[in-house]
Amino acid sequence: MSASGSEVLVLQGGRVIDPSSDVDGVRTVVVRDGRIAAVAERVDVPSEARVLDVRGQWVTPGFIDLHVHLREPGQEYKETVETGTRAAVAGGFTAVCAMPNTLPPNDNASVTELILARAAAAALARVYPVGCISRGRKGEDLAEFGELKAAGCVAVSDDGSPVSSAGLMRRALEYALAFGLPLAVHEEDLQLVGKGVMNEGPAATRLGLKGNPAQAEDVMVLRDIALAELTGGRVHISHASSAGTVRAVRDAKARGLVPDNHPLSGRSFTNLASTGANATDWRTSSFASVAAATLVNPSV
Amino acid sequence: MIGRHRHLIGLEGLNREEILQVLDLAVSMKEVLSRPVKKVPSLRGKSVVNLFFETSTRTRSSFEIAAKTLSADALNWTSAQSSTTKGETLLDTAKNLEAMRPDVLVIRHSASGAPNFLARNVGCAVVSAGDGAHEHPSQGLLDCFTIREKLGTLEGKTVAIVGDISHSRVARSDLHAMPKLGAKVRLCGPPTMIPRGVEALGATVEHDLRRAVDGADAVIMLRIQHERIGDPLIPNTREYSKFWGLNARKAREWLKPEAVVLHPGPINRGVELSSDVADGPHSVILDQVQNGVAVRMAILYLLAGGAGEGTRAERA
Repeated sequence: MSASGSEVLVLQGGRVIDPSSDVDGVRTVVVRDGRIAAVAERVDVPSEARVLDVRGQWVTPGFIDLHVHLREPGQEYKETVETGTRAAVAGGFTAVCAMPNTLPPNDNASVTELILARAAAAALARVYPVGCISRGRKGEDLAEFGELKAAGCVAVSDDGSPVSSAGLMRRALEYALAFGLPLAVHEEDLQLVGKGVMNEGPAATRLGLKGNPAQAEDVMVLRDIALAELTGGRVHISHASSAGTVRAVRDAKARGLVPDNHPLSGRSFTNLASTGANATDWRTSSFASVAAATLVNPSV
Repeated sequence: MIGRHRHLIGLEGLNREEILQVLDLAVSMKEVLSRPVKKVPSLRGKSVVNLFFETSTRTRSSFEIAAKTLSADALNWTSAQSSTTKGETLLDTAKNLEAMRPDVLVIRHSASGAPNFLARNVGCAVVSAGDGAHEHPSQGLLDCFTIREKLGTLEGKTVAIVGDISHSRVARSDLHAMPKLGAKVRLCGPPTMIPRGVEALGATVEHDLRRAVDGADAVIMLRIQHERIGDPLIPNTREYSKFWGLNARKAREWLKPEAVVLHPGPINRGVELSSDVADGPHSVILDQVQNGVAVRMAILYLLAGGAGEGTRAERA
């Protein structure tokens, strides 16, 4: 653009929030050739710069979503790597972890390579694939953690399904130690869940819908904390949605099982931040309108 | 219209006056059924579509006879012979049927909430004939009608509902209606069949059958539905029958002499109800069936725009 050939973008008047540099206040951000050149309260704006007035808005580092479904390969009618990463950058997410419940599942290096090739072609958000814990996500045999890691996977998960076998979970935790991979787990005891579609309790009873108890999550979380203790493996609880899970994680931390710098962690979905009382007339849109990203107990 | 309502989806949303509006009209409708010529022209030119996604004998026939007695045209549509088997969605089916301009759609569906969904998406009146484990409003109304007819009132009466409450839409509709008419409701069954939080709907829970029926004015025995029970809720029907079934000895020793016994049908004879009770002096089960036609006539009359409510064209 300018004579020197460098492109300068200036974001002016926005509230800059960057925990890594301990900044939270109005700053001017200078971006030169796609790289942040300066973040300061007062900056001399180069004459050739393109200036964006972002007063009243937040300016943050790119977010990282630990749990997305790009659905490619196999379910391109729902989402593709391209559409998913386009949505990510539109929402301020510059990196995403792509869960492995694709068709076929991401249980071997060739699927991982395909996802990364599509991500490179889209050239939008960075994509970090998550491989499978078990071959075919069937919960029977271990997937090839070493090959998955070498191809670019950053974690393993059977997301969408729990690892129902405690024996397989134990071996997966042990084997993953060789490659430094954390296990992202979908905690749900399928026998306790049954055909339930919402929280068990008065709201489900009123609507005549089958409920499932929060304990379906609790028992699996407690099991995997015990197995993490046994093996020293790293567990990430993908959908923490019950008070029992919060208590269990807190207790594990109190016992020193969890070092401050990681292993056992948890996240929750905004769509879990809904009480049964929101589902008053089978209109599930109420689930999407409740925004909260903290650990919550839907049974409250 | 039933009070403020254009549809009949459940009894939860109806108040006392609206329930009584249907019951009182059903008294006149029952008189029509006792005439030598059982036909009145009230709904001539109106059409009623029965949309049944679940099997039914009693309820479907009852709605059909109710419609025909009022001179409405009735079309019976069952999912087994329809495009549902070809993968058509509920909404598409309903939109297509609606394009044929019926005045009332009567729907039974295995999914709780299906009638609510339909009511939001079609222009005609929607009547639920039972959805999942949610509600069965016409059954709830005919239960109220039958108890009121036999005992004079529900005011101050105690009604015990016994069986698989978890899976019962009848229990829910009864529970939403009867307390509004002044009755107390007790629910009884093994703890595996009592849904959590049901007390919040205004009932008391009693696991012992003898205590549940003690002093009760009406006892509603529910069918034990094998087809609905995926979990091991009970060891077997033999044990269920021993502890929660009603037989002649228990009826004689535990029931008030004037107590009435109801059952929504179909009966599992020998399981929840022995034959000598089902066919005995306490039983009002066949009255329920007859009253069901009268109650459904009242429902269709009010919702299809009898009573000078205007035609479909005028409403639109």
